[in-house]
Amino acid sequence: MNFEAIKAIYRFEMARTFRTPLQSIISPVISTSLYFIVFGAAIGSRITEIEGVSYGAFIVPGLIMLMILTQSVSNGSFGIFFPKFLGTIYELLSAPVSYLEIIIGYVGAAATKSLILGVLVLATAGFFVPLRVDHPVWMLLFLVLTAVTFSLVGFIIGILAKGMEQLQTVPLLIITPLTFLGGTFYSLSVLPPFWHAVSLFNPVVYLISGFRWSFYGIADVNVAVSLGMTIAFLLACLVIVAWIFRTGYRLKA
Amino acid sequence: MQPIISISGLSKTYSPDFVALRHLDLEIRRGEILALLGPNGAGKTTLISIVCGIVNPSSGTVTVDGHDIISDYRAARSMIGLVPQELTTDAFETVWATVSHSRGLFGLRPNPAHIEKVLRDLTLWDKRDSKIMQLSGGMKRRVMIAKALSHEPQILFLDEPTAGVDVELRKDMWAMVRRLRSSGVTIILTTHYIAEAEEMADRIGVIHKGELVLVEEKAELMRKLGSKQLILELPDRLDAIPADLAAYQLSLSGDGTAMTYTYDAQGERTGISALLQDLARSGIQFKDLQTTQSSLEEIFVDLVRDGQ
Ligand SMILES: Nc1ncnc2c1ncn2[C@@H]1O[C@H](COP(=O)(O)OP(=O)(O)OP(=O)(O)O)[C@@H](O)[C@H]1O
Ligand SMILES: [Mg+2]
Repeated sequence: MNFEAIKAIYRFEMARTFRTPLQSIISPVISTSLYFIVFGAAIGSRITEIEGVSYGAFIVPGLIMLMILTQSVSNGSFGIFFPKFLGTIYELLSAPVSYLEIIIGYVGAAATKSLILGVLVLATAGFFVPLRVDHPVWMLLFLVLTAVTFSLVGFIIGILAKGMEQLQTVPLLIITPLTFLGGTFYSLSVLPPFWHAVSLFNPVVYLISGFRWSFYGIADVNVAVSLGMTIAFLLACLVIVAWIFRTGYRLKA
Repeated sequence: MQPIISISGLSKTYSPDFVALRHLDLEIRRGEILALLGPNGAGKTTLISIVCGIVNPSSGTVTVDGHDIISDYRAARSMIGLVPQELTTDAFETVWATVSHSRGLFGLRPNPAHIEKVLRDLTLWDKRDSKIMQLSGGMKRRVMIAKALSHEPQILFLDEPTAGVDVELRKDMWAMVRRLRSSGVTIILTTHYIAEAEEMADRIGVIHKGELVLVEEKAELMRKLGSKQLILELPDRLDAIPADLAAYQLSLSGDGTAMTYTYDAQGERTGISALLQDLARSGIQFKDLQTTQSSLEEIFVDLVRDGQ
């Protein structure tokens, strides 16, 4: 294992993040917090409780997931897309690093950043809505798995993207709808049976459901199923990325 | 001595069916400076990119100090530093950070003393805390060289290092190349300036349309360079060079109306007067004569033209 290389990539990526704290940290925290203010404090009080949890508190896990997903995807994709775009990727390709090391470096950094944001948003949420975490270990597990999986999704998008436009629209067109329809703002049980069944094809449903369960013990699907699906999704991403690297697809002529 | 890089049967076809390298064989000797010449699009960068792991070969093998570049890429790549043709650098990093980063990528522990030495050698020390985007083009090129040297490579590839570089930097660069060579580093460079190859290289290779059309000691090339031709135009066709002139290096043109004598212009005796006397003795007359000297430039142009 070339640990120095992993360290170098990781540091480089983290430095990129902390060079622009306003854009990379403050702004996602603020924009997510706005939801708490609007839904938690302002509108939330007029919406009935869901399974004994106030609406403001109910949406917190989903919103954190929403942010982790979008941030992981954008960090993961930019990290590898940029060197490709600028041409500086030549150095990575000519260095004695394995694909696994490249992935650990880039995906690790992207996931770390998402986790930092997740914790910050969680702390902020505590100011606006009454929070409680029944299963902290599970919460952490879901947080880490989701951050890693979606940083990997971002990484794949970053490699496959042919230009800036694809880099930005793919997440917007796929990730955002999936999260909004994934039960951030509602419980699946309110949906008609048909849409309920359709929703079960949305991987984000399992993430949010499992994550919310770790807070309040309420879930749309069994937590073991959530965990299984999350891990399955992670494995699927690993298979795709392994294939990309084995063939050098879109990285090497 | 075992070559430091062995390339055999190397081909590259870019999709869909553009052949950039055709079955190329080349052995690079330990500690030499090899200059690769060739027109635009000849395949020089492709060749370097394959050896360094940036482009996948279509067929053929490359070993670096005995390590296959694919199955044993870690050992192979660890030995190589690459300064690519294009100026591609990060923008927001400092010089120090980007050069240290390169060292890490190659698996080496931080060594500030080494980085300092590299930066000082390239007169970048004063700029160590500057962001790369604040540097001029020539300085960025120095940064790229510093990155390549950050991990103490034993082989250095310089792809057109002097393109767009002023006289000062060019001199610095050659001084650096000589220093590296004397410390045992093997250097492969590409250039479009024949004078540069002449000045720097131990051996010169010419690539054209994906084929290595020549690779030779510079000294040998220079010897060819030093030779001159005396061309005699004959009024009467000759079928063959007469036997009593066999001692001279003579050749007859295809139609038998011109005879070419090749001699060493730098030699003590050119043999011209003796030849002319012998010609008269054999009864061969000539109506005109001229001398020509081939330069590396001409050899190069000839090679490239023949290839077409
Ligand atoms: N990624 C690529 N995809 C398709 N064709 C390519 C690619 N890279 C290079 N080529 C083609 O391969 C040929 C060789 O290119 P290469 O860059 O190796 O030439 P070169 O000898 O370095 O030329 P120059 O002196 O201009 O740098 C060119 O015709 C080029 O158009
Ligand atoms: Mg080139």
